Amino acid sequence: MPIQSLFGPPPPPSLFDRFKKAVTSTRDTLAAKLEEATRGKIEVDQALLDQLEVTLLAADLGITTTTELLKAVKTRASSTTAQAGDTSTQVRDILKDELLGILTRSGSGAPANPTAEPPVVLMLVGVNGVGKTTTIGKLAHQLKGNGKEVLLCAADTFRAAANEQLEVWAQRSHTEMIRQKPGADPSAVLYDALAAAKSRGVDYVIVDTAGRLHNKSNLMAELEKMKRTAGRLIPGAPHEVLLILDATTGQNGVLQAREFLQAAGVTGIVLTKLDGTAKGGVAVAIARELNLPIRYVGIGEQRDDLVPFNPKLYVDSLFE
Amino acid sequence: MFENLTEKFQRVYKNLRGEGKLTEEHINLAMGEIRTALLEADVNVKVAQDFIERVRAKALGSEVMTSLSPSQQVVKTVHDEMIALLGGQAVKLRFKSQPPSVILMAGLQGSGKTTTSAKLAYWLSRNGHRPQLVSVDVYRPAAREQLKIMAQNAGMPIFEGPPGENSPYELARLARREAIMSGRDTVIVDTAGRLHIDQQLMEEMKKLREQLEPTEILFVADAMIGQDAVNSAAEFHAKLGLTGIILTKMDGDARGGAAISIRQVTGQPLKFIGLGEKFDAFEMFHPDRVAGRILGMGDVLSLVEKAEQAMDAKKARELEKRMFAADFSLEDFREQLKQVRKMGPMDQVLGMLPQVGPLQGLSKAKVDERELTKTEAIISSMTVKERNNHQIINGSRRKRIAVGSGTSVQEVNRLLKQYVQAKRMMKTFSSGFMGRKLAKMKLEEMFQGQPQ
Ligand SMILES: Nc1nc2c(ncn2[C@@H]2O[C@H](COP(=O)(O)OP(=O)(O)OP(=O)(O)O)[C@@H](O)[C@H]2O)c(=O)[nH]1
Ligand SMILES: Nc1nc2c(ncn2[C@@H]2O[C@H](COP(=O)(O)OP(=O)(O)OP(=O)(O)O)[C@@H](O)[C@H]2O)c(=O)[nH]1
Ligand SMILES: [Mg+2]
Ligand SMILES: [Mg+2]
Repeated sequence: MPIQSLFGPPPPPSLFDRFKKAVTSTRDTLAAKLEEATRGKIEVDQALLDQLEVTLLAADLGITTTTELLKAVKTRASSTTAQAGDTSTQVRDILKDELLGILTRSGSGAPANPTAEPPVVLMLVGVNGVGKTTTIGKLAHQLKGNGKEVLLCAADTFRAAANEQLEVWAQRSHTEMIRQKPGADPSAVLYDALAAAKSRGVDYVIVDTAGRLHNKSNLMAELEKMKRTAGRLIPGAPHEVLLILDATTGQNGVLQAREFLQAAGVTGIVLTKLDGTAKGGVAVAIARELNLPIRYVGIGEQRDDLVPFNPKLYVDSLFE
Repeated sequence: MFENLTEKFQRVYKNLRGEGKLTEEHINLAMGEIRTALLEADVNVKVAQDFIERVRAKALGSEVMTSLSPSQQVVKTVHDEMIALLGGQAVKLRFKSQPPSVILMAGLQGSGKTTTSAKLAYWLSRNGHRPQLVSVDVYRPAAREQLKIMAQNAGMPIFEGPPGENSPYELARLARREAIMSGRDTVIVDTAGRLHIDQQLMEEMKKLREQLEPTEILFVADAMIGQDAVNSAAEFHAKLGLTGIILTKMDGDARGGAAISIRQVTGQPLKFIGLGEKFDAFEMFHPDRVAGRILGMGDVLSLVEKAEQAMDAKKARELEKRMFAADFSLEDFREQLKQVRKMGPMDQVLGMLPQVGPLQGLSKAKVDERELTKTEAIISSMTVKERNNHQIINGSRRKRIAVGSGTSVQEVNRLLKQYVQAKRMMKTFSSGFMGRKLAKMKLEEMFQGQPQ
């Protein structure tokens, strides 16, 4: 079943608005700076490029992606017949197109894994404090709202009060949760949860994992083990491994994605905390480099604060 | 693969090395490289620009010292400037003459405030204070429970408040009263994570400040934070008047350029760094060390200090003596391994080693704690005789050792080979350019640098 279809028909207008609102700060800054950078200019000269570079870098797109984008702007602008006095729009359109290209190529927002039989297993992974547990609460709430039976798996057995935190989210989303004592083997909790899911016939199992820094090989190996455990119990599981990425994260995000992709087979990204002023541009860099789709966006701490990622809306809201 | 800042500077250094004269072109080349490095390290783009300009001006204007090659001089200028920017010296916490002093923790969601509160309490208690914890995070699910568990783990007192009390102000007030009654000299107040643009919650923080008159308002920031660090830090500072910064998750591989950005926009000193999830993974921030680490000189001082703390001083001295003697045995090695592991997770220990000299790059190898356990197991399966003279370990002995330690003959072979290499290495070190203490550290790095 397509993950995205769980959320029913395309986002209603209010969702669009909320998404837009979340990225408004991003858009305002970017658009304003762009406006400023290009006003009155007729050619894409070095000064303009320099200014654009600063703008893109400040959005955390990173030097590699920024350089690529600027190269494209330069080449395409020079081969496009200049519309008199309208360089600003041209540059903007080219940038927009390039960004959209990156996001589209990575399949951002698109449904994945359309054929899995229930229970569909979703596993959330990421470094410490990015929003895994909260995102699980939000996902569970949405799935429940779509009439699905959801079971939560508290496989963060390490962090203080991780069980209690997820428990609150289980209550908020009216879902059940499988847990063990703190310090238990996460794979054992996962085993319990998947066994329970099969016998109860639930549609979804969402697995919380402890935050871990990607440079800790023993902790990354633990994820591999969990993955194997899931696959043994339910062929094809976990069907989705979502990497939770904090929008405030800088270029380290690329390293995170690379390592989690390798160890846990990440299938998509959730960009959290986009309600702040950070732009989350590193997600674009990740999409570009690792071809990982961005699936959802976190825009607050409440259960409704999760919206599907839509590349077009994202880029449009940056440039409209 | 991104190069880390350390490697980048090394490359700059290498490019510059061997040049007899420092030209403007060389400086520009170095500055270009440094700019890229700073950006990859998440230093804010504007802050990086400022930094480069200052260094450039200094490098151009400075007289070439006879003791340094021109290239070394550029590196030194960058290094000095970075230390200056990071604050020069380690800065202590301030306390009221009339206790209790209040320390208010502030920051974005998930930056590490709760963990750091417990760490700080533990650290203070080890430094002659009597701290008390309280959480006024009445919003995040299980936030207060989290601090309670962490406090218990660290053996620190926590004020939980009357059941059902859900006012941050009231909780803080009662905690302060409790501290006075029980003779605590510091109250550490963990607050809810909040966005700097959340007017309501920033207002709450302001009121807490007015009510508690804290001696310290510490901004807890994630070392992985990117360009936006300047916005949140500046806003927190404008609203609250921060007095210091704590950089968490420094046990990761983020290059930590945020330290430079936040320091620059707030003007406030970095006071501590977090190095892990446990309550003792916490250290004072030393600008010179962090700058040194950034620039490829390694965090040698921190490491040595840690080693000294963890090792039984007498044992360590003996061990050191023997290590540089020709008869450094596998038994000695096992002992040393044990001591080093006491210092903390190996990847963390290795991260602090310098990135210069013949061993550069070694610490990048992934350290697997399980490999270490295996190594210990293998040596433990040897007889005393074998440990003292590895040359007698023939094929059948290897087989026996492998079985005994639950490993394979290949693994035993590998360990023996590493041992022989290490012995050779130590000769180089003891004839020494880096000092014995450092050489000792190098040994562990070598051993752990090749788990394959
Ligand atoms: N503003 C905002 N805050 C968020 C968002 N998502 C999560 N948070 C907050 O971020 C903090 C960390 O969230 P958690 O869900 O505990 O993060 P985690 O990844 O599970 O953390 P660990 O399990 O400790 O690694 C909490 O205070 C959340 O309320 C979001 O989209 N916006
Ligand atoms: N590796 C590592 N993890 C850390 C460090 N400091 C905190 N953490 C982890 O980061 C995550 C978030 O830490 P918290 O202390 O809950 O952060 P917080 O700022 O209190 O979060 P909120 O209250 O939700 O805003 C947890 O998983 C901690 O274990 C550190 O120095 N290193
Ligand atoms: Mg969690
Ligand atoms: Mg907290």
